[in-house]
Amino acid sequence: MPDAKKFLYVNRKAPYGTIYALESLEVVLIAAAFEQDVSLAFLDDGVFQLTKDQNTDGIGVKNFSPTFRALGDYEVTKLFVEKESLEERGLDPSDLQEITWEDEDADWEEKPSIRIVSRAEMADIMADQDVVLSF
Amino acid sequence: MKFGIVVSEGPYTHQAADTAYHFAKAALDKGHEVPRVFFYHDGVNVSSSLTVPPQDERHIQKNWSTLASENEIDLVVCIAAAQRRGILDENEAKRQGKDAANLAEGFRISGLGQLIEMGIEYDRMVMFGD
Amino acid sequence: MSTLHTVNKSPFGDGALLSCIEHCKPGDGVLLIEDGVYGALSGSAISDAVVARAADVTFYLLEGDAKARGLPEGKLLGQVTPVGYDGFVDLVTEHDRSQSWL
Repeated sequence: MPDAKKFLYVNRKAPYGTIYALESLEVVLIAAAFEQDVSLAFLDDGVFQLTKDQNTDGIGVKNFSPTFRALGDYEVTKLFVEKESLEERGLDPSDLQEITWEDEDADWEEKPSIRIVSRAEMADIMADQDVVLSF
Repeated sequence: MKFGIVVSEGPYTHQAADTAYHFAKAALDKGHEVPRVFFYHDGVNVSSSLTVPPQDERHIQKNWSTLASENEIDLVVCIAAAQRRGILDENEAKRQGKDAANLAEGFRISGLGQLIEMGIEYDRMVMFGD
Repeated sequence: MSTLHTVNKSPFGDGALLSCIEHCKPGDGVLLIEDGVYGALSGSAISDAVVARAADVTFYLLEGDAKARGLPEGKLLGQVTPVGYDGFVDLVTEHDRSQSWL
């Protein structure tokens, strides 16, 4: 993909209280069809989007967290989660759901999509993009 | 340069649609191109033809429609976001069995692919929202 | 390669400006727009963070937004340069990408 641009989808908002997280995910699912270099960033309250055991039965709203686990099938395999944002919220990586993708080039080995990065690394990732879209 | 502009908050409640409008005008005044503006989240409400603000207030929808017709800007409203919020064009109103459509002149309803295309084809993307 | 960041929320009720300050890189620009212009007030709880970061990042504010909100010119940080919408456009072209801290 010589002409592929680097797209970063920045998620800084928690799910359910507002629609931003869901509609951001809808953009990513469409974006996957365009064969660009897609990454997702989760920082600040955005890390809450990835917690496991989300159950929306009590609020009558669709639980969209399982959709994150389908991203690998769309070849969206880079979900960068900021370590400091987790820590500031009393969370650690084990509080997040497991998201994997199958690596075609490594005999379909299952690899983790979530990559925990430091704030400094997140800044480097942001500075390395062609297009940054925030939701 | 080619600018892609995204508006993702509703009119009047939030300043985003106003700031985006002033930015688009300034870019055009400087000889840049604004081939397309994409309306997402509550930003789709900018395209409602049923908007009737008091006469001494700016008319956000009309301002965008006029700017678009004068400068050949493609005003695209996300279909999924629009349907959730009750914005329909004639075709969609018919298809859904609704008795009225409310998409204002100069706007068209289309998919999210139009947004990704902007990122691929244009020089810069600028987002206005909350 | 550099980024133009835009921040549109007051730093006194929202973490966007601080998060932006912690994620931007030397040579980047930060433009305060809409309620973001309150981040340009001197002597505030946030101003030390802005001044410290101004060592390697350039801060701007959208003049119309500051005037609309009646921010006294004498109380604006000298490190923050006022620009109009035309200046906003120039900043977008001068940087390689723009990132909105929504």
